[in-house]
Amino acid sequence: MTFFLQLVVTGLAQGMVYALIAIGFVIILKCSEVFNIAQGHFVMIGGYLGWTFLVPFGLPIWAALLAAIAVAVVMGLLIERLMLRPLIGQPVLAVVMMTIALSTVLGGLATLLWGAEYKAYHGLLPTITMKVGEISIPSESLIGLIVSIICVALLMLLFRYTKIGLAMRATAEDLQVVQSVGIKATTVYAASWIIASVVGVIGGILLGGVSGANMDLALIGLKAFAVVLLGGVNSIGGAIVAGIILGMLENVAAGYLDPLLPGGGLAQVFPFFVMIIVLVFRPHGLFGLAHIQRV
Amino acid sequence: MSLRTGTFHENYAQEMATLSSRRQWGTVAALLVFLFVCPLFLSDRMLTILTTMGIAVVSIHGLNILTGYCGQISIGHSGFMAVGGYTSAILCAKLGWPFWAALPCGALAAGIAGLLFGLPSLKIKGFYLIMATIAAQFIIIWIIIQLRSITGGTDGLLVPKPVIGGIVLSSKTNYYYLVMVFVVLSTITAHNIVRTRAGRAFIAIRDNDLAAEVMGVSLWSYKLQAFFIGCIYAGVAGSLLVHYVRFASIEQFPFMDSVWYLGMLIVGGMGSTAGAIFGVVALKLLDELVTVAGPILAAAVAPQAAASLALISHGLIIIIFLIFEPRGLHHRWEMIKTYFRLWPFSHQEIE
Repeated sequence: MTFFLQLVVTGLAQGMVYALIAIGFVIILKCSEVFNIAQGHFVMIGGYLGWTFLVPFGLPIWAALLAAIAVAVVMGLLIERLMLRPLIGQPVLAVVMMTIALSTVLGGLATLLWGAEYKAYHGLLPTITMKVGEISIPSESLIGLIVSIICVALLMLLFRYTKIGLAMRATAEDLQVVQSVGIKATTVYAASWIIASVVGVIGGILLGGVSGANMDLALIGLKAFAVVLLGGVNSIGGAIVAGIILGMLENVAAGYLDPLLPGGGLAQVFPFFVMIIVLVFRPHGLFGLAHIQRV
Repeated sequence: MSLRTGTFHENYAQEMATLSSRRQWGTVAALLVFLFVCPLFLSDRMLTILTTMGIAVVSIHGLNILTGYCGQISIGHSGFMAVGGYTSAILCAKLGWPFWAALPCGALAAGIAGLLFGLPSLKIKGFYLIMATIAAQFIIIWIIIQLRSITGGTDGLLVPKPVIGGIVLSSKTNYYYLVMVFVVLSTITAHNIVRTRAGRAFIAIRDNDLAAEVMGVSLWSYKLQAFFIGCIYAGVAGSLLVHYVRFASIEQFPFMDSVWYLGMLIVGGMGSTAGAIFGVVALKLLDELVTVAGPILAAAVAPQAAASLALISHGLIIIIFLIFEPRGLHHRWEMIKTYFRLWPFSHQEIE
């Protein structure tokens, strides 16, 4: 039982990482129908930015956070303006390849600037430790959980009560109608990229503060798509729920099945099995809207 | 199709011919002769580059049929190559089959894997299909690692020298000729498959799948056919690769290769046989450039600059093509040809 609970708790931590990546992904997807493969790289860049501002620059935490957010805003704005805007109206493949290309460029930049190394800055961020019985809940999962819930709450408020939020929801619904009432779709797209990039970078800083910044976060980005698909591509809340479910399932499955398999490594592919199953049996996910198609 | 001045089609056979004039026949013959005499004056290094390009061309033709013509985007092509490569490697190394028998079996195995992972395409498309094929890539590699007793797992598998009709293909020159034969064969078949009934059905599905279905094109049958054919090419390429290196390992079939294969298709121009070849040549040349420039940059700037140069240059070239020439090098080439067709009496072309 303790073994099972420990697996569940570790899975929770993993699930929160997935959820943080998935939220940013869903925001962009909701507004602009762009599938951003590079969302995991935003998180990675966030981790490295956190290290840069906290360790070599020696800024206090609040200043480092503000500086990283400023960088994230500029990054989101530049990416939208230079890479995605020329592709409005292009087929899915062009857009997906653009975000894949973006992810390699970001990976290349991170390699150039930070040497693709593991950068740790433990102890600089506040950590929370909790013990339930014999199981210690890692601070990573608690911080992840709190931040994702705060992110989602803020985003819900943004979508419900602000003008830009309304414009974003409307754009997701029907682009032509939005343009005919005089809302600039490009502004909405820019806003969605900025929000996604900021969410990614904040997530990256927090994760970096717990487990160190490294290039692996970008690879986790690919597995996070299983979460997005499971939760339903256009549901922000679904991303969190699915993140937790998948993180736990992945760890429990790997914990019990890996000893039985000769090669092991089930945790690495488990999300992809889930992905195929979801795609075949319920393409719109748990909380997504089923898509009806007309000629 | 605008014809070159002085070329007239008088019957249906001429209309359908791929090469319609003597000059085109001459160009193709010259190209073949050039490929044949290459080993006489090129160094081993250059032959290696040409051989790997050739293997990539075989693979890309398959991806082009699947993605470029049928519109079913696959980022798992390298995984399907792994199926073909491992199947023929196991048949040769463990069961002692001859190379000529193992290669078609590898191709068939890859085709069947393609059918299996193509099944979701019946229900989903676009980004969802992309995710399904990415999943296919990782699952295939994971299964190869699991079947340690026959695939060697992460250690890899030694493959004996390929022998065809008593000739041992051990030298670079021998293998170069073998690969080039496959390049020519695959180019001819790829060019003709898309002109058949199935090929036209693929194009109809790509352009509008709902409309195609309403017109009576069976999505079920043709989407799976596209996956099967595309993955057969991948299987052939995978087995050529494994026998070339004489070693099968999962590192030969990384996920990023699947991405670059699509990149090659974008740079070359989707939905054109010539474009597939252009794309392979362009990106492989870029690879070589990076290999040469990397160490210089690493010495001048920082040790990690070489690795980052490879990533950034590949990413940037795809970004540049997507923004400025989404129809790829093939489109450029057609524009140049159109210009010279009327040269020097050019007039304003109407698009």
